[in-house]
Amino acid sequence: MDLDWDLVQRAFWPILKWGLIGTIPLALICFALGLVIALAVALMRISGNPILAGLARGYVSVIRGTPLLVQLFVIFYGLPEIGLLWDPWPCAVVAFSMNVGGYAAEIIRAAILSVPRGQSEAAYMIGMSRWLAMRRIILPQAARVSVPPLSNTFISLVKDTSLASLILVTELFRQAQEIAAPSREFMVIYSEAAVIYWVICLVLSTGQSFLEKRLDRYVVH
Amino acid sequence: MSSTDLTKPDLAKGGDLLTARGLHKSFGSHEVLAGIDLTVRRGEVVALIGPSGSGKTTVLRSLNLLETPDAGTVTLGEVSVDFAASVPRREALGLRDGSAMVFQHYNLFPHLTVLENVIEGPVRVQKRPRAEAIAEARVLLERVGLADKALVHPFKLSGGQQQRVGIVRALALRPRLLLFDEPTSALDPELVGEVLTVIKELAEEGWTMLIVTHELGFAREVADQVVFMDGGVVVEQGPPAVVLGEPREERTRQFVSRLLKPY
Repeated sequence: MDLDWDLVQRAFWPILKWGLIGTIPLALICFALGLVIALAVALMRISGNPILAGLARGYVSVIRGTPLLVQLFVIFYGLPEIGLLWDPWPCAVVAFSMNVGGYAAEIIRAAILSVPRGQSEAAYMIGMSRWLAMRRIILPQAARVSVPPLSNTFISLVKDTSLASLILVTELFRQAQEIAAPSREFMVIYSEAAVIYWVICLVLSTGQSFLEKRLDRYVVH
Repeated sequence: MSSTDLTKPDLAKGGDLLTARGLHKSFGSHEVLAGIDLTVRRGEVVALIGPSGSGKTTVLRSLNLLETPDAGTVTLGEVSVDFAASVPRREALGLRDGSAMVFQHYNLFPHLTVLENVIEGPVRVQKRPRAEAIAEARVLLERVGLADKALVHPFKLSGGQQQRVGIVRALALRPRLLLFDEPTSALDPELVGEVLTVIKELAEEGWTMLIVTHELGFAREVADQVVFMDGGVVVEQGPPAVVLGEPREERTRQFVSRLLKPY
């Protein structure tokens, strides 16, 4: 089998382009929204209010107990049945954000609980309310702890966005499919897509180490 | 009046600053405080001693509302709270404003610099002007010999230095009562002195202080009153020469001799 270098070269830019303008923006937006959901769910779980904590626990359980692809299909094919006809893109954003929210909530909750009790006591001692102590004292320390696991969540998300191709969102993998089908060079094109995903994730891992070093300016105990 | 005067204690001597009556607290079925009465007069230094588990730390934590007593009344200055009645949390928290606490394990905020640790309360909670809080913090840090450490993070400091920052953080809140929870127990022996020296200087300046400590020599030298607790009650109290020198109660005598001759 001769490798069709010409095809590889012609396919490279369109696939990379949809990585840059499809995959990465989708992942960034969903990650940002997912973190907001995660923080809210984590705070609900540790709020001490049984109803809020129960809701949060249920949410995390459903998100972690069902396949991401199924969540995506429920939103894309299910919502129109109750009268909500959305484009593929917003459907993907909702599905991925909710998914990240569930997983990251547990990371953030664990990070908050890892901050020593003496920290909140000192914060209360100087007169802080629970919320101010959380914002000024606990969360900044929890953030440091949660960077490595949250970075992993983000890198997983970047790869998981390839599932969006199944609900017709144009992104890196969908573009690869569209080139592969007429050319019938599945091995070459999909491998090329894999390499591009890999490079993107390598770059993100470097960013992760950089962020960890920056946050390492102080050491906890 | 210059701003540095505000870092000095309320020198209007005499009169009771703190009165606690009938403090009760249980954790589950374990009664930690079984009716504690305690009085601290303005400008007085009171040392709270006793075996571990006797409830002395719980007394201190109750006064700062880190624990909520099940029953009893606490009066600090003009604020009075009856814990048997169902007081609104917000009202009970008024007690906290009158005191500031120094913790056994310092509990400095590791993500903030020394200066930021000190001004966090004055600026974020008491809403005092940042420049004024910084100026005051620098005066206080200078006084404990840490002026050059203002901009470093706590992990770069020795235990003794961290605890001195802990003391400055408490002073910066301008409390009427300072609470010390075994301030030297977590320190290496050679660092104990520098912290006790600072506390002694504060006593000489007239600060009102309640100190939970195992340092009997220090208590004897600095305290106006020593309170010995055991099993959740006050067993004996009085001037240090009496309580530590010639205790009337057998339990006190045993405890004191154990600490003075550990082996």
